[in-house]
Amino acid sequence: MSMEITLSREDIVRLCERVEGAQTRAYAIPKLTDEYPGMTIGDGYAVQLELRRRFLARGHKQVGWKAGLTSKAKMKQMGVDVPSIGFLTDRMARPENAAISTADLVHPRVECEVAFVMKDELKGPGCTAGAVLAATDYVLPAVEIIDSRFSGFKFDLPSVVADNGSSARFVGGGRARYAQDLDLRTLGVVLEKNGEIVAMGASAAVLGHPAEAIAMLVNILAELGESLPAGSFVMSGGITEAIAVKPGDSVIARFQELGSVSMRFVE
Amino acid sequence: MNEEQIQHYGDALYDAWRERRTIAPLLEQEPDITLADAYRIQLRYIERRVAAGETIVGKKIGVTSKPVQDFLGVFQPDFGQLTSGMVYQEGDVIDLGTLIQPKAEAELAFVLKEDLQGPGVTAMDVIRATDYVVPCFEIVDSRITDWKIRIQDTVADNASCGVYVLGKTKGDPRKLDITLAGMVLEKNGELHSTGVGAAVQGSPANAVAWLANTLGELGIPFKAGEVILSGSQSALVPVVDGDELVCTVGGLGSCRVKFSGRSAV
Repeated sequence: MSMEITLSREDIVRLCERVEGAQTRAYAIPKLTDEYPGMTIGDGYAVQLELRRRFLARGHKQVGWKAGLTSKAKMKQMGVDVPSIGFLTDRMARPENAAISTADLVHPRVECEVAFVMKDELKGPGCTAGAVLAATDYVLPAVEIIDSRFSGFKFDLPSVVADNGSSARFVGGGRARYAQDLDLRTLGVVLEKNGEIVAMGASAAVLGHPAEAIAMLVNILAELGESLPAGSFVMSGGITEAIAVKPGDSVIARFQELGSVSMRFVE
Repeated sequence: MNEEQIQHYGDALYDAWRERRTIAPLLEQEPDITLADAYRIQLRYIERRVAAGETIVGKKIGVTSKPVQDFLGVFQPDFGQLTSGMVYQEGDVIDLGTLIQPKAEAELAFVLKEDLQGPGVTAMDVIRATDYVVPCFEIVDSRITDWKIRIQDTVADNASCGVYVLGKTKGDPRKLDITLAGMVLEKNGELHSTGVGAAVQGSPANAVAWLANTLGELGIPFKAGEVILSGSQSALVPVVDGDELVCTVGGLGSCRVKFSGRSAV
């Protein structure tokens, strides 16, 4: 993957302001490549990192990262062979059982993920799933509430990367477990909305093993000149398809061996 | 349908099975077949196989997922009978030459240690009566041309059962979360699809309870020692010569199956 930046600093700031406006005021915008067809993935990350710089300057705290587009089917659909990553801040976190407002979201969707909490720093390139497991403090179940700021959830890789991988909210919960006590490849997951099963799968749907997604995330970070710090909370990507939610919906994700994560959505 | 018609269609399915060929959908020939008629046709087809030397060794439950129920326009599963001629051991190579238009499904199989006599059987009774569960593959097959089945066609055709393979790792359903156990299906070394126990009627135990109650109403015995294939937790996988499939149930173990030869279609 090339991290080449082709846009000028001025264009990057301009696109960042456009994404930031859409995220902050919750409205949909056309994908960025409509105006900048030559935009690269490197340009997308430059916009994302500028967005992070602005958030952190305003006092947001980064708590970790997320991997996205981690299923083979999704990558094939997007014509890419790497997942995308996005940063997570304390402002995106919601507690388990929370009432989550959709007023400040565009078209939220929920998906079930295995999350990792790191005890050691990890540096790429060449990070492997084995290294990820060795550096993991514990794993826990999580629900990510993604929200593309692009009209109709339609985007390409440079645009979605600039939009911070559609990151919006996340809820960690359930039961913390040592990774070595589980087979992280075969964990079954059931997503229920208002008491009805709406999506199902097993954790191998994420690149064959969720730790593989974390390894790829660390290797992407290396290309951006960063490492994954100890203490990071990292989401490994959706096991299930993403399901649209609206005010009044109640969601529970049930994980084999990891318990459940629940939340409800309000105006 | 009168007994003569039932025998006619049961015999037609038996002949198609024996000669590895398909017949037109029964509903095209006989638009008024009811579900009860279809089960009577199934019984005739199976009686013919038993008369030819096979024994009944268990049951299969089909149409257990919501997408398949929606597709067939029904709100409940169906069932077929497992016979001694359908059994493969793990490690055997399945000869596709014995099948017509096979597809594989990954499932959880139950083996009972006590009879389950419906009606009135709950999922809790199923767990109590279960000796063990194992990962398994059912190779479904259809004697109906191009799989153009409606619910009556597949029921009459013994719930489209072909052959099956049980894995060797036995699990105790009291020590395993059969509802949330993940199902990982690999084809020729690559991830094919994933699923979970809840895909089957909310839990495989619910499907087995449904079967016990349905059999109870029909007066068909459901005995200790029988094998019950509880319903597909995976996508349907078409298989050809040389294919190898592995399914793994989280917290339990795997079942591996290889295929050789050519099916009729």
